Amino acid sequence: MALYLLYTLIPLAWLVISATKTQPDLLSTPGLSFGGVFALFDNIGQTFTYNNGIFLRWLGNTVLYVVVGAGGATVLATAAGYGLAKYRFRGRRAVFAVVLGAIAVPGTALAVPTFLLFSRLGLTDTPLAVIIPSLISPFGLYLIWVYATDAIPDEMMEAARIDGAGEIRIFLAVTLRQLAPGIVTVALFAVVATWNNYFLPLIMLSDPDWYPLTVGLNQWNAQAIGAAAQPVYHLVITGSVLTIIPLVIAFLFLQRFWQSGLTAGSVKQ
Amino acid sequence: MALFRRHRALAALALAAALATACGSPAQDTAKATGTQDSVDAALKAGGTITYWTWTPSAKAQVAAFEQEYPKVKVNLVNAGTGKDQYTKLQNAIKAGSGGPDVAQIEYQALPQFALPGSLVDLNQYGFGTFQKDYTASTWTSVTVNNALFGLPQDSGPMALFYNKEDFDKYGIAVPKTWDEYLDAAKKLHAADPTKFITSDIGDPGFTTSMIWQAGGHPFSTDGRNIKINLDDAGAQKWTKVWDQLVQGKLLSTVKGWSDDWYRALGDGSIATLVTGAWMPGVFKSSVTAGSGKWAVAPMPTYDGQPVSAENGGSTQSVLKQSSNPALAAAFVRWLNHGNGIKPFIASGGFPSTTADLSSPAFLNAADPYFGGQQVNQVLSASSGVVAKGWSYLPYQLYANSVYGDTVGKSYLNGTDIGSGLKAWQATLVDYGNQQGFTVSAG
Repeated sequence: MALYLLYTLIPLAWLVISATKTQPDLLSTPGLSFGGVFALFDNIGQTFTYNNGIFLRWLGNTVLYVVVGAGGATVLATAAGYGLAKYRFRGRRAVFAVVLGAIAVPGTALAVPTFLLFSRLGLTDTPLAVIIPSLISPFGLYLIWVYATDAIPDEMMEAARIDGAGEIRIFLAVTLRQLAPGIVTVALFAVVATWNNYFLPLIMLSDPDWYPLTVGLNQWNAQAIGAAAQPVYHLVITGSVLTIIPLVIAFLFLQRFWQSGLTAGSVKQ
Repeated sequence: MALFRRHRALAALALAAALATACGSPAQDTAKATGTQDSVDAALKAGGTITYWTWTPSAKAQVAAFEQEYPKVKVNLVNAGTGKDQYTKLQNAIKAGSGGPDVAQIEYQALPQFALPGSLVDLNQYGFGTFQKDYTASTWTSVTVNNALFGLPQDSGPMALFYNKEDFDKYGIAVPKTWDEYLDAAKKLHAADPTKFITSDIGDPGFTTSMIWQAGGHPFSTDGRNIKINLDDAGAQKWTKVWDQLVQGKLLSTVKGWSDDWYRALGDGSIATLVTGAWMPGVFKSSVTAGSGKWAVAPMPTYDGQPVSAENGGSTQSVLKQSSNPALAAAFVRWLNHGNGIKPFIASGGFPSTTADLSSPAFLNAADPYFGGQQVNQVLSASSGVVAKGWSYLPYQLYANSVYGDTVGKSYLNGTDIGSGLKAWQATLVDYGNQQGFTVSAG
């Protein structure tokens, strides 16, 4: 446990400490000690202004991809997972097989075929090229499916039907609440996946104005290599700290809903 | 299984045929064709918009100056990534048939990979072949693939020895003129201070090929479809004989090149020399501020004391076949590397490949305060004149570099001889090339 804690916290400590150093200090002082000058705020200022403030643009892009992409993925996964769990129809087993299969294929392997597909549609180098693929979350669908099977009693839906509610109304008014912990979990996974998504935007986008933070920061990092090298390690590090903060906040915030939900099905009324 | 085999054979045949037709057009048909620059001049007058992919920091100033000179032309400047990232995108755009830029920066080592499948415009059709006399021989060779011209050289990287004068003076080490002296210097320095190393190298494909180049090796030769690979030729052996002693004697620092540690080590003197391209002073000045006043430049050590060097790095700008306005794109390339674009490039620390700039007194006599007032360009420019002739890269050098670590890199890691690593590299490259539809033979 203590080892595990060290293993997780040391890189984080290194990152935060390094973010307080100037570029020369970064290159002249050991990793886990502070530099001569406390430059955190200066670094943050520089991060937001370097290259005409493109960091802010990348931050905005990432938020856009997360809100539309991860949000959409959650909505779609919820609706589809619920439908598959609660309704009987032909081809259900086939869908099950496809979804399980889709979970097994890593997104990285699909990136290049997806690129060629989107290129035919003329969608590469636009935000849609990043958003549309992230709308699909087979794992989220599967999670909701499993969760809905257990969390929503068929009797409850029957009762609602007898009371005269339509299927849409049942979904929106009755089951959605029951599904909340599952939805939050899926949303959390989708947010983290989209926030950290690297390979897909790397392949799809060539205009830096549409980069998310991951690709943008890597571009700054790559500047340190080769004939015209211009290392800005201090900005890469400060940018990374700024990048993980929203994710940490989202995690802490959503975790409350998530934890309270985990006990939901444990007591039989 | 038989069916499968037949299909594979068919696929290989189809690929070979596709390659043959693709290679045929730029390589043979227009081999000696030299057009005129009229259409380029006309395109400049007419104006238009082009997209330019590059990662060079000079680009911003260059594009601004170009647009000021030709207000009718708009250049859409995009930094699509550095090196490998940009090539991945370029490759994707070419495969997809659209989405690529009009002009792209391509390193010399990557050029054949894009030129041979016919993705780039042969600039001979605009008469740019007449510029040959204005460039150093080695850079001109680098942009010429099978007699077709796929760009105008921008930066060049004739190699030199950058050394930490402070370290050398402190331990009374003479600046090495030969590789044997370099070896002695490595031993002497490390013995005097075990924290200091003559240089750092954990295996770098660009460095390895440059060193074989300097030693007179010609490991890769190709006429487009047939490739010969010999990573065990006399040149390669000459180099490994020296370098094996450094690796196996643990005389090299294992700090990874271009990492923050590496920059740090260059600043504090724990890496005492770098054998690298002439573009390095710009990197020193912008990124190794702690080393200011400590470093100096000397000619690259040789095997027999006779001056000879090689190129390391450097890139060109090419026009893509995909471009909807290739004449205007070519005009931009001409301005960049054969016109007023060179000045902002040199001003931002770039090392040119044009002989006029390399021999201008202002360039040669500039005293560089970072190097203690040394006129470093005299050394660097002299190196550009003695680059060993006849070098060429593989048509799939990018792939080769990506698998270098699995083969030669292991020799470094395990301290075994580099020659056996080179043989493993060669075997991988022969297999890969044959799978790609080339006819590759070893030796």
